Amino acid sequence: MSSLAPRSDFPILLAHPGLRYLDSAATSQKPRAVLDAISAYYSEDNANPHRGAYELSVRATERYHAARERVARFCGVADADCLIFTRGTTEAINLVASAWGRANIRSGDEVIVTGMEHHANFVPWQQIAFEQDARFRICELTPDGRIDLDELRAMLGRHTRVVAFNHVSNALGTINPVREIAAIVRERSDALIVCDGAQGAPHIPVAFDSLDVDFYAFSGHKMCGPMGIGALIGRRGTLETMPPYQTGGDMIEFVLDYRTTWNVLPHKFEAGTPNVGDAVGLAAAADYLDGLGMDAVRAHELALVKLATTALGDVDGIHIYGPPPEDRSGVISFTLSDIHPHDLATILDGDGVCIRAGHHCAQPLMRRLGVAATARASFYIYNDEADIEALLGALHRARGLFGYAGV
Amino acid sequence: MPESDSPGTSLATLYQEMILDHYRRPRNRAPLPDASITVERNNPLCGDLIQLSLAFDGEIVRAAVWRGQGCSISSASASMMTQAIAGRTFGHARTIAARFGAMLSGDRAAADDELLGDLRALSAVARYPMRIKCALLPWSALEEGMLGKRGVGDGG
Repeated sequence: MSSLAPRSDFPILLAHPGLRYLDSAATSQKPRAVLDAISAYYSEDNANPHRGAYELSVRATERYHAARERVARFCGVADADCLIFTRGTTEAINLVASAWGRANIRSGDEVIVTGMEHHANFVPWQQIAFEQDARFRICELTPDGRIDLDELRAMLGRHTRVVAFNHVSNALGTINPVREIAAIVRERSDALIVCDGAQGAPHIPVAFDSLDVDFYAFSGHKMCGPMGIGALIGRRGTLETMPPYQTGGDMIEFVLDYRTTWNVLPHKFEAGTPNVGDAVGLAAAADYLDGLGMDAVRAHELALVKLATTALGDVDGIHIYGPPPEDRSGVISFTLSDIHPHDLATILDGDGVCIRAGHHCAQPLMRRLGVAATARASFYIYNDEADIEALLGALHRARGLFGYAGV
Repeated sequence: MPESDSPGTSLATLYQEMILDHYRRPRNRAPLPDASITVERNNPLCGDLIQLSLAFDGEIVRAAVWRGQGCSISSASASMMTQAIAGRTFGHARTIAARFGAMLSGDRAAADDELLGDLRALSAVARYPMRIKCALLPWSALEEGMLGKRGVGDGG
Protein backbone atom coordinates (compact mmCIF):
# COMPACT_ATOMS: atom_id res chain seq x y z
CA MET A 1 0.00 0.00 0.00
CA SER A 2 1.16 3.51 -0.78
CA SER A 3 1.31 6.59 1.42
CA LEU A 4 -1.83 8.64 2.01
CA ALA A 5 -0.10 11.97 1.38
CA PRO A 6 2.18 12.27 -1.65
CA ARG A 7 5.72 11.85 -0.36
CA SER A 8 6.72 14.60 -2.77
CA ASP A 9 4.72 17.06 -0.63
CA PHE A 10 7.46 16.74 2.01
CA PRO A 11 10.73 18.45 1.09
CA ILE A 12 12.68 16.50 3.71
CA LEU A 13 11.67 13.18 2.13
CA LEU A 14 12.89 14.49 -1.22
CA ALA A 15 16.14 15.68 0.34
CA HIS A 16 16.76 12.22 1.86
CA PRO A 17 15.39 9.67 -0.61
CA GLY A 18 16.49 6.67 1.48
CA LEU A 19 14.95 7.97 4.67
CA ARG A 20 12.46 5.68 6.39
CA TYR A 21 11.03 8.08 8.93
CA LEU A 22 9.17 6.11 11.60
CA ASP A 23 9.28 8.61 14.44
CA SER A 24 6.29 10.83 13.77
CA ALA A 25 5.00 10.32 17.30
CA ALA A 26 8.05 12.38 18.34
CA THR A 27 7.58 14.97 15.64
CA SER A 28 6.03 14.87 12.18
CA GLN A 29 7.63 16.06 8.98
CA LYS A 30 6.26 19.22 7.39
CA PRO A 31 4.59 19.54 4.00
CA ARG A 32 5.72 22.27 1.66
CA ALA A 33 2.37 24.04 2.09
CA VAL A 34 3.17 24.65 5.76
CA LEU A 35 6.71 25.85 5.09
CA ASP A 36 5.40 28.15 2.35
CA ALA A 37 2.69 29.59 4.58
CA ILE A 38 5.23 30.48 7.27
CA SER A 39 7.58 31.97 4.71
CA ALA A 40 4.76 33.96 3.10
CA TYR A 41 3.67 35.35 6.45
CA TYR A 42 7.15 36.65 7.20
CA SER A 43 7.68 37.80 3.62
CA GLU A 44 4.39 39.62 3.22
CA ASP A 45 2.47 40.21 6.44
CA ASN A 46 4.84 40.36 9.38
CA ALA A 47 4.34 43.02 12.06
CA ASN A 48 3.56 42.93 15.76
CA PRO A 49 -0.17 42.21 16.00
CA HIS A 50 -2.64 44.00 18.29
CA ARG A 51 -0.44 47.07 18.45
CA GLY A 52 0.20 49.13 15.35
CA ALA A 53 -2.35 51.48 13.87
CA TYR A 54 -0.75 50.93 10.49
CA GLU A 55 -2.09 48.57 7.89
CA LEU A 56 0.64 45.95 8.09
CA SER A 57 0.02 45.40 11.79
CA VAL A 58 -3.69 45.11 11.09
CA ARG A 59 -2.88 42.45 8.52
CA ALA A 60 -0.71 40.50 10.97
CA THR A 61 -3.54 40.73 13.52
CA GLU A 62 -5.99 39.41 10.98
CA ARG A 63 -3.70 36.54 10.02
CA TYR A 64 -3.36 35.57 13.67
CA HIS A 65 -7.10 35.75 14.23
CA ALA A 66 -7.80 33.70 11.11
CA ALA A 67 -5.24 31.08 12.19
CA ARG A 68 -7.03 30.68 15.51
CA GLU A 69 -10.39 30.26 13.81
CA ARG A 70 -8.91 27.70 11.43
CA VAL A 71 -7.27 25.61 14.13
CA ALA A 72 -10.42 25.82 16.27
CA ARG A 73 -12.44 24.49 13.35
CA PHE A 74 -9.94 21.64 12.94
CA CYS A 75 -10.64 20.41 16.46
CA GLY A 76 -14.34 21.08 16.60
CA VAL A 77 -14.36 24.21 18.73
CA ALA A 78 -17.20 26.63 17.94
CA ASP A 79 -15.98 29.39 20.25
CA ALA A 80 -12.52 30.10 18.85
CA ASP A 81 -11.63 32.47 21.70
CA CYS A 82 -11.49 29.39 23.92
CA LEU A 83 -8.46 28.14 21.98
CA ILE A 84 -5.34 29.53 23.59
CA PHE A 85 -2.14 29.31 21.60
CA THR A 86 0.74 27.93 23.67
CA ARG A 87 4.24 26.68 22.88
CA GLY A 88 2.84 23.16 22.82
CA THR A 89 1.15 20.52 24.94
CA THR A 90 3.65 20.83 27.77
CA GLU A 91 3.02 24.52 28.23
CA ALA A 92 -0.73 24.03 27.84
CA ILE A 93 -0.88 21.48 30.67
CA ASN A 94 1.40 23.56 32.84
CA LEU A 95 -0.95 26.46 32.25
CA VAL A 96 -3.92 24.51 33.60
CA ALA A 97 -2.03 22.89 36.47
CA SER A 98 -0.55 26.18 37.50
CA ALA A 99 -3.33 28.71 36.92
CA TRP A 100 -6.38 26.55 37.64
CA GLY A 101 -4.59 24.29 40.09
CA ARG A 102 -3.27 27.00 42.40
CA ALA A 103 -6.69 28.63 42.57
CA ASN A 104 -8.76 25.49 42.99
CA ILE A 105 -6.81 22.56 44.44
CA ARG A 106 -6.92 22.49 48.22
CA SER A 107 -5.44 20.43 50.98
CA GLY A 108 -7.16 17.05 51.11
CA ASP A 109 -8.18 17.12 47.44
CA GLU A 110 -7.12 14.35 45.10
CA VAL A 111 -5.46 14.67 41.72
CA ILE A 112 -5.68 11.57 39.53
CA VAL A 113 -3.51 10.73 36.54
CA THR A 114 -2.91 7.35 34.88
CA GLY A 115 0.06 5.04 34.66
CA MET A 116 0.44 5.66 30.93
CA GLU A 117 0.97 9.42 30.96
CA HIS A 118 3.74 11.26 29.20
CA HIS A 119 5.82 13.20 31.73
CA ALA A 120 4.13 16.38 30.41
CA ASN A 121 0.78 15.18 31.81
CA PHE A 122 2.27 13.60 34.91
CA VAL A 123 4.90 15.85 36.47
CA PRO A 124 2.86 19.10 36.43
CA TRP A 125 0.07 17.32 38.36
CA GLN A 126 2.46 15.56 40.70
CA GLN A 127 4.09 18.88 41.51
CA ILE A 128 0.93 20.97 41.90
CA ALA A 129 -0.56 18.28 44.15
CA PHE A 130 2.58 18.43 46.28
CA GLU A 131 2.46 22.25 46.41
CA GLN A 132 -1.21 22.36 47.35
CA ASP A 133 -0.92 19.53 49.86
CA ALA A 134 -3.29 17.42 47.78
CA ARG A 135 -3.10 13.67 47.25
CA PHE A 136 -1.58 12.55 43.96
CA ARG A 137 -3.01 9.25 42.73
CA ILE A 138 -2.19 7.06 39.77
CA CYS A 139 -4.84 4.94 38.08
CA GLU A 140 -3.25 1.65 37.04
CA LEU A 141 -3.48 -0.08 33.68
CA THR A 142 -4.87 -3.37 32.45
CA PRO A 143 -2.32 -6.01 31.36
CA ASP A 144 -2.84 -5.07 27.69
CA GLY A 145 -2.05 -1.42 28.32
CA ARG A 146 -5.37 0.36 28.76
CA ILE A 147 -6.61 2.56 31.57
CA ASP A 148 -8.26 0.31 34.14
CA LEU A 149 -11.73 1.88 34.19
CA ASP A 150 -12.88 -0.22 37.14
CA GLU A 151 -10.02 1.09 39.19
CA LEU A 152 -10.77 4.62 38.03
CA ARG A 153 -14.41 4.24 39.14
CA ALA A 154 -13.25 3.08 42.54
CA MET A 155 -10.85 5.98 42.92
CA LEU A 156 -13.35 8.73 42.12
CA GLY A 157 -15.27 10.56 44.78
CA ARG A 158 -16.04 13.89 46.37
CA HIS A 159 -12.35 14.54 47.01
CA THR A 160 -11.39 14.15 43.35
CA ARG A 161 -10.44 17.57 42.03
CA VAL A 162 -8.67 16.74 38.77
CA VAL A 163 -8.56 13.75 36.43
CA ALA A 164 -5.86 14.01 33.76
CA PHE A 165 -5.30 11.38 31.08
CA ASN A 166 -4.11 11.19 27.51
CA HIS A 167 -6.27 10.75 24.47
CA VAL A 168 -3.66 8.44 22.93
CA SER A 169 -0.62 7.00 24.68
CA ASN A 170 2.61 8.15 23.06
CA ALA A 171 4.49 5.05 24.18
CA LEU A 172 1.89 2.32 23.53
CA GLY A 173 -0.43 3.96 21.03
CA THR A 174 -3.49 3.01 23.13
CA ILE A 175 -6.52 5.07 22.09
CA ASN A 176 -8.45 5.88 25.24
CA PRO A 177 -12.26 6.13 25.20
CA VAL A 178 -12.35 9.82 26.10
CA ARG A 179 -16.13 10.23 26.18
CA GLU A 180 -16.60 7.10 28.26
CA ILE A 181 -13.94 8.18 30.74
CA ALA A 182 -15.46 11.66 30.95
CA ALA A 183 -18.88 10.15 31.65
CA ILE A 184 -17.44 7.98 34.43
CA VAL A 185 -15.73 10.97 35.99
CA ARG A 186 -18.81 13.24 35.75
CA GLU A 187 -21.02 10.57 37.30
CA ARG A 188 -18.88 10.19 40.38
CA SER A 189 -17.22 13.53 40.98
CA ASP A 190 -17.05 17.23 40.17
CA ALA A 191 -13.47 16.90 38.99
CA LEU A 192 -11.89 18.95 36.27
CA ILE A 193 -11.16 16.70 33.27
CA VAL A 194 -7.94 17.40 31.39
CA CYS A 195 -7.09 15.48 28.24
CA ASP A 196 -3.59 15.43 26.78
CA GLY A 197 -4.26 15.31 23.06
CA ALA A 198 -0.66 15.52 21.82
CA GLN A 199 -1.02 12.10 20.19
CA GLY A 200 -4.74 12.48 19.51
CA ALA A 201 -5.25 15.59 17.40
CA PRO A 202 -2.65 14.65 14.75
CA HIS A 203 -4.05 11.15 14.20
CA ILE A 204 -7.78 10.90 14.84
CA PRO A 205 -10.69 13.28 14.30
CA VAL A 206 -11.22 15.44 17.39
CA ALA A 207 -14.44 17.28 18.15
CA PHE A 208 -13.72 19.09 21.39
CA ASP A 209 -17.23 20.40 21.87
CA SER A 210 -18.64 16.87 22.03
CA LEU A 211 -15.85 15.27 24.08
CA ASP A 212 -17.16 16.57 27.43
CA VAL A 213 -13.69 17.29 28.81
CA ASP A 214 -12.79 20.62 30.39
CA PHE A 215 -9.42 21.01 28.73
CA TYR A 216 -7.75 19.49 25.69
CA ALA A 217 -4.11 20.20 24.81
CA PHE A 218 -2.06 19.46 21.71
CA SER A 219 1.13 20.36 19.85
CA GLY A 220 1.41 21.68 16.31
CA HIS A 221 4.69 19.98 15.43
CA LYS A 222 3.22 16.48 15.71
CA MET A 223 0.51 17.33 13.17
CA CYS A 224 2.56 18.73 10.28
CA GLY A 225 2.86 22.16 11.86
CA PRO A 226 5.98 23.96 13.06
CA MET A 227 7.70 23.42 16.41
CA GLY A 228 6.96 26.01 19.08
CA ILE A 229 3.18 26.24 18.75
CA GLY A 230 0.31 24.27 20.18
CA ALA A 231 -2.95 24.96 21.89
CA LEU A 232 -5.02 24.63 24.99
CA ILE A 233 -8.75 24.40 24.44
CA GLY A 234 -10.99 25.08 27.38
CA ARG A 235 -14.53 26.07 28.25
CA ARG A 236 -15.35 29.74 28.36
CA GLY A 237 -16.73 29.68 31.89
CA THR A 238 -13.67 27.92 33.26
CA LEU A 239 -11.19 30.09 31.38
CA GLU A 240 -12.90 33.32 32.38
CA THR A 241 -12.86 32.54 36.08
CA MET A 242 -9.25 31.31 36.08
CA PRO A 243 -6.41 33.62 37.04
CA PRO A 244 -3.82 34.25 34.31
CA TYR A 245 -0.78 32.01 33.85
CA GLN A 246 1.85 34.54 32.80
CA THR A 247 1.54 38.30 32.99
CA GLY A 248 2.94 41.05 30.81
CA GLY A 249 2.07 42.64 27.51
CA ASP A 250 -1.02 41.82 25.48
CA MET A 251 -2.81 40.04 28.32
CA ILE A 252 -3.79 43.19 30.23
CA GLU A 253 -6.73 45.55 30.09
CA PHE A 254 -5.61 48.34 32.44
CA VAL A 255 -2.36 48.52 34.31
CA LEU A 256 -2.80 50.83 37.28
CA ASP A 257 0.04 51.63 39.62
CA TYR A 258 -0.95 48.99 42.15
CA ARG A 259 -3.48 46.87 40.36
CA THR A 260 -3.99 45.33 36.91
CA THR A 261 -7.06 44.05 35.13
CA TRP A 262 -6.99 41.32 32.52
CA ASN A 263 -7.75 41.32 28.83
CA VAL A 264 -10.56 39.16 27.47
CA LEU A 265 -10.13 35.63 26.08
CA PRO A 266 -8.00 34.42 24.47
CA HIS A 267 -5.49 37.25 25.14
CA LYS A 268 -5.66 36.87 28.90
CA PHE A 269 -3.64 33.67 28.55
CA GLU A 270 -1.27 34.83 25.83
CA ALA A 271 1.22 37.17 27.47
CA GLY A 272 3.84 38.79 25.25
CA THR A 273 4.12 39.04 21.48
CA PRO A 274 2.21 36.10 20.06
CA ASN A 275 3.78 33.51 17.78
CA VAL A 276 1.88 34.57 14.67
CA GLY A 277 4.22 32.93 12.16
CA ASP A 278 3.83 29.50 13.68
CA ALA A 279 0.09 29.97 14.23
CA VAL A 280 -0.20 30.64 10.50
CA GLY A 281 1.88 27.50 9.89
CA LEU A 282 -0.36 25.46 12.16
CA ALA A 283 -3.44 26.72 10.33
CA ALA A 284 -1.84 25.59 7.07
CA ALA A 285 -1.23 22.20 8.66
CA ALA A 286 -4.93 22.03 9.59
CA ASP A 287 -5.77 22.83 5.96
CA TYR A 288 -3.42 20.11 4.80
CA LEU A 289 -4.78 17.44 7.14
CA ASP A 290 -8.41 18.34 6.48
CA GLY A 291 -7.56 18.16 2.79
CA LEU A 292 -6.60 14.53 3.31
CA GLY A 293 -9.52 14.03 5.71
CA MET A 294 -8.89 13.00 9.29
CA ASP A 295 -10.97 9.85 8.85
CA ALA A 296 -8.66 8.88 6.01
CA VAL A 297 -5.62 9.68 8.17
CA ARG A 298 -6.90 7.34 10.88
CA ALA A 299 -7.75 4.62 8.35
CA HIS A 300 -4.30 4.86 6.77
CA GLU A 301 -2.48 4.58 10.08
CA LEU A 302 -4.65 1.69 11.16
CA ALA A 303 -3.91 -0.18 7.94
CA LEU A 304 -0.15 0.40 8.39
CA VAL A 305 -0.09 -0.56 12.04
CA LYS A 306 -2.04 -3.75 11.30
CA LEU A 307 0.41 -4.68 8.55
CA ALA A 308 3.39 -3.87 10.77
CA THR A 309 2.00 -5.79 13.74
CA THR A 310 1.49 -8.88 11.61
CA ALA A 311 4.89 -8.60 9.94
CA LEU A 312 6.82 -7.88 13.14
CA GLY A 313 4.88 -10.52 15.02
CA ASP A 314 6.63 -13.18 12.92
CA VAL A 315 10.11 -12.04 13.98
CA ASP A 316 11.65 -14.44 16.50
CA GLY A 317 12.12 -12.86 19.92
CA ILE A 318 9.87 -9.84 19.37
CA HIS A 319 7.56 -8.59 22.06
CA ILE A 320 4.92 -6.00 21.15
CA TYR A 321 3.38 -3.88 23.90
CA GLY A 322 -0.11 -2.42 24.16
CA PRO A 323 -3.57 -3.42 22.96
CA PRO A 324 -4.34 -4.99 19.56
CA PRO A 325 -3.78 -2.72 16.54
CA GLU A 326 -7.49 -1.82 16.21
CA ASP A 327 -7.24 0.06 19.50
CA ARG A 328 -3.89 1.69 18.80
CA SER A 329 -2.91 4.74 16.83
CA GLY A 330 -0.06 4.34 14.33
CA VAL A 331 2.37 3.26 17.05
CA ILE A 332 4.12 -0.04 17.55
CA SER A 333 6.19 -0.33 20.71
CA PHE A 334 8.39 -3.40 21.00
CA THR A 335 11.52 -5.10 22.25
CA LEU A 336 13.57 -7.69 20.38
CA SER A 337 15.30 -10.52 22.28
CA ASP A 338 18.11 -9.16 24.44
CA ILE A 339 18.97 -6.40 21.99
CA HIS A 340 18.71 -3.13 23.84
CA PRO A 341 16.41 -0.62 22.10
CA HIS A 342 19.29 1.87 21.76
CA ASP A 343 21.37 -0.70 19.96
CA LEU A 344 18.37 -1.47 17.76
CA ALA A 345 17.94 2.21 16.92
CA THR A 346 21.61 2.53 15.98
CA ILE A 347 21.49 -0.56 13.78
CA LEU A 348 18.23 0.50 12.12
CA ASP A 349 19.71 3.93 11.45
CA GLY A 350 22.36 2.16 9.37
CA ASP A 351 19.52 1.34 6.96
CA GLY A 352 18.03 4.83 7.14
CA VAL A 353 15.21 3.62 9.39
CA CYS A 354 14.48 6.21 12.10
CA ILE A 355 12.80 4.87 15.21
CA ARG A 356 12.68 6.09 18.78
CA ALA A 357 14.32 4.10 21.56
CA GLY A 358 14.09 4.82 25.24
CA HIS A 359 11.50 5.52 27.90
CA HIS A 360 9.47 7.84 25.64
CA CYS A 361 9.16 10.42 28.43
CA ALA A 362 6.97 7.89 30.22
CA GLN A 363 9.13 6.44 32.99
CA PRO A 364 6.13 5.56 35.19
CA LEU A 365 4.77 3.48 32.30
CA MET A 366 8.12 1.77 31.67
CA ARG A 367 8.21 0.70 35.33
CA ARG A 368 4.74 -0.75 34.96
CA LEU A 369 5.76 -2.63 31.82
CA GLY A 370 8.82 -3.88 33.68
CA VAL A 371 11.29 -2.62 31.06
CA ALA A 372 13.84 0.19 31.04
CA ALA A 373 13.12 1.09 27.45
CA THR A 374 11.28 0.01 24.33
CA ALA A 375 11.78 0.62 20.63
CA ARG A 376 8.94 2.54 19.00
CA ALA A 377 8.07 2.82 15.35
CA SER A 378 5.30 5.30 14.56
CA PHE A 379 3.50 5.89 11.29
CA TYR A 380 1.94 8.89 9.66
CA ILE A 381 0.41 10.03 6.42
CA TYR A 382 3.64 9.85 4.35
CA ASN A 383 4.55 6.30 5.40
CA ASP A 384 3.92 3.35 3.15
CA GLU A 385 4.42 -0.39 3.00
CA ALA A 386 8.03 0.03 1.88
CA ASP A 387 8.75 1.67 5.24
CA ILE A 388 7.49 -1.45 7.01
CA GLU A 389 9.58 -3.68 4.76
CA ALA A 390 12.65 -1.57 5.51
CA LEU A 391 11.92 -1.82 9.23
CA LEU A 392 11.52 -5.57 8.99
CA GLY A 393 14.73 -5.99 7.00
CA ALA A 394 16.66 -3.88 9.49
CA LEU A 395 15.29 -5.90 12.42
CA HIS A 396 16.52 -9.09 10.79
CA ARG A 397 19.91 -7.48 10.31
CA ALA A 398 19.99 -6.53 13.98
CA ARG A 399 19.28 -10.13 14.90
CA GLY A 400 22.13 -11.24 12.68
CA LEU A 401 24.56 -8.77 14.24
CA PHE A 402 23.61 -10.00 17.68
CA GLY A 403 24.24 -13.59 16.65
CA TYR A 404 20.71 -14.85 16.22
CA ALA A 405 20.36 -17.37 13.43
CA GLY A 406 17.42 -18.00 11.17
CA VAL A 407 17.15 -14.74 9.25
CA MET B 1 24.84 7.04 10.07
CA PRO B 2 28.66 7.09 10.05
CA GLU B 3 30.28 8.82 7.12
CA SER B 4 32.91 6.30 6.11
CA ASP B 5 32.61 2.60 5.35
CA SER B 6 29.39 0.85 4.53
CA PRO B 7 26.91 0.77 7.39
CA GLY B 8 27.23 -3.01 7.50
CA THR B 9 30.98 -2.99 8.06
CA SER B 10 31.02 -0.31 10.73
CA LEU B 11 28.03 -1.78 12.55
CA ALA B 12 29.76 -5.16 12.58
CA THR B 13 32.80 -3.43 14.11
CA LEU B 14 30.63 -1.66 16.65
CA TYR B 15 28.87 -4.85 17.65
CA GLN B 16 31.90 -7.13 17.50
CA GLU B 17 32.12 -10.34 19.47
CA MET B 18 33.97 -8.86 22.43
CA ILE B 19 31.33 -6.16 23.00
CA LEU B 20 28.49 -8.65 22.85
CA ASP B 21 30.40 -11.00 25.13
CA HIS B 22 30.79 -8.34 27.81
CA TYR B 23 27.14 -7.33 27.30
CA ARG B 24 25.89 -10.88 27.77
CA ARG B 25 28.43 -12.04 30.34
CA PRO B 26 29.21 -8.86 32.23
CA ARG B 27 32.33 -9.05 34.40
CA ASN B 28 32.48 -7.75 37.95
CA ARG B 29 28.75 -7.65 38.36
CA ALA B 30 28.77 -8.71 41.96
CA PRO B 31 28.20 -7.13 45.33
CA LEU B 32 31.13 -5.40 47.03
CA PRO B 33 30.37 -5.47 50.77
CA ASP B 34 33.40 -3.38 51.76
CA ALA B 35 32.93 -0.69 49.10
CA SER B 36 34.47 2.68 49.97
CA ILE B 37 32.01 4.51 47.78
CA THR B 38 29.07 3.81 45.47
CA VAL B 39 28.23 6.19 42.67
CA GLU B 40 25.07 6.13 40.58
CA ARG B 41 24.99 7.67 37.16
CA ASN B 42 22.13 7.75 34.73
CA ASN B 43 21.43 9.14 31.34
CA PRO B 44 18.02 10.80 31.72
CA LEU B 45 17.57 10.92 27.95
CA CYS B 46 17.59 7.15 27.53
CA GLY B 47 17.19 5.76 31.03
CA ASP B 48 20.54 3.96 31.16
CA LEU B 49 21.66 3.47 34.73
CA ILE B 50 25.04 2.51 36.17
CA GLN B 51 25.83 1.93 39.81
CA LEU B 52 29.56 1.69 40.38
CA SER B 53 31.04 0.54 43.67
CA LEU B 54 34.73 1.06 44.39
CA ALA B 55 36.92 -0.22 47.20
CA PHE B 56 40.00 1.91 47.78
CA ASP B 57 43.27 1.07 49.39
CA GLY B 58 44.76 4.50 49.90
CA GLU B 59 45.09 5.91 46.38
CA ILE B 60 44.62 2.51 44.77
CA VAL B 61 41.36 1.18 43.32
CA ARG B 62 41.50 -2.23 44.98
CA ALA B 63 38.21 -3.46 43.51
CA ALA B 64 35.52 -2.17 41.19
CA VAL B 65 32.10 -3.71 40.59
CA TRP B 66 28.99 -2.43 38.89
CA ARG B 67 25.27 -2.95 38.53
CA GLY B 68 22.71 -1.33 36.34
CA GLN B 69 20.87 -1.53 33.09
CA GLY B 70 21.77 -0.20 29.74
CA CYS B 71 22.60 -0.87 26.14
CA SER B 72 25.43 -3.11 24.97
CA ILE B 73 27.80 -0.15 24.67
CA SER B 74 27.37 1.21 28.20
CA SER B 75 27.32 -2.31 29.68
CA ALA B 76 30.44 -3.47 27.83
CA SER B 77 32.18 -0.23 28.72
CA ALA B 78 31.38 -0.71 32.42
CA SER B 79 32.38 -4.35 32.35
CA MET B 80 35.73 -3.68 30.67
CA MET B 81 36.39 -0.59 32.75
CA THR B 82 36.10 -2.46 36.02
CA GLN B 83 38.63 -4.98 34.71
CA ALA B 84 40.99 -2.28 33.47
CA ILE B 85 41.14 -0.21 36.65
CA ALA B 86 41.20 -2.87 39.35
CA GLY B 87 44.52 -2.71 41.20
CA ARG B 88 45.49 0.59 39.56
CA THR B 89 46.41 3.82 41.29
CA PHE B 90 44.08 6.79 40.87
CA GLY B 91 46.68 8.36 38.61
CA HIS B 92 46.89 5.31 36.39
CA ALA B 93 43.09 4.95 36.28
CA ARG B 94 42.82 8.60 35.21
CA THR B 95 45.38 8.05 32.47
CA ILE B 96 43.35 5.13 31.12
CA ALA B 97 40.18 7.24 31.35
CA ALA B 98 41.83 10.08 29.45
CA ARG B 99 43.09 7.76 26.71
CA PHE B 100 39.67 6.15 26.48
CA GLY B 101 38.06 9.58 26.14
CA ALA B 102 40.58 10.51 23.44
CA MET B 103 39.82 7.29 21.56
CA LEU B 104 36.10 8.14 21.57
CA SER B 105 36.90 11.61 20.26
CA GLY B 106 38.43 9.93 17.24
CA ASP B 107 42.12 10.01 18.25
CA ARG B 108 43.60 7.16 16.19
CA ALA B 109 46.77 6.96 18.27
CA ALA B 110 44.66 6.39 21.37
CA ALA B 111 42.72 3.68 19.54
CA ASP B 112 46.03 1.81 19.08
CA ASP B 113 47.32 2.45 22.59
CA GLU B 114 48.03 -0.87 24.29
CA LEU B 115 47.36 0.80 27.61
CA LEU B 116 43.67 0.49 26.75
CA GLY B 117 43.80 -3.27 26.24
CA ASP B 118 40.38 -4.77 25.47
CA LEU B 119 38.78 -1.34 25.72
CA ARG B 120 40.02 -0.72 22.20
CA ALA B 121 37.11 -2.86 21.04
CA LEU B 122 34.96 0.19 21.72
CA SER B 123 36.89 2.43 19.33
CA ALA B 124 34.13 2.21 16.68
CA VAL B 125 31.82 4.12 19.03
CA ALA B 126 33.72 7.27 17.97
CA ARG B 127 31.86 7.06 14.67
CA TYR B 128 28.46 7.13 16.39
CA PRO B 129 28.20 10.51 18.12
CA MET B 130 24.85 9.61 19.69
CA ARG B 131 26.43 6.64 21.45
CA ILE B 132 29.58 8.21 22.88
CA LYS B 133 27.63 9.20 25.97
CA CYS B 134 26.70 5.53 26.51
CA ALA B 135 30.36 4.47 26.48
CA LEU B 136 31.38 7.31 28.82
CA LEU B 137 28.65 6.79 31.42
CA PRO B 138 30.60 4.36 33.66
CA TRP B 139 33.74 6.48 33.34
CA SER B 140 31.98 9.55 34.63
CA ALA B 141 30.89 7.45 37.61
CA LEU B 142 34.51 6.41 38.13
CA GLU B 143 35.73 9.99 38.11
CA GLU B 144 33.06 11.02 40.60
CA GLY B 145 33.96 8.06 42.80
CA MET B 146 37.63 8.98 42.89
CA LEU B 147 36.80 12.63 43.52
CA GLY B 148 34.35 11.64 46.24
CA LYS B 149 37.09 9.69 47.94
CA ARG B 150 39.23 12.79 48.00
CA GLY B 151 36.29 14.88 49.20
CA VAL B 152 35.52 12.50 52.06
CA GLY B 153 39.19 12.37 53.00
CA ASP B 154 41.15 9.50 54.41
CA GLY B 155 39.88 9.99 57.93
CA GLY B 156 36.76 7.87 57.32
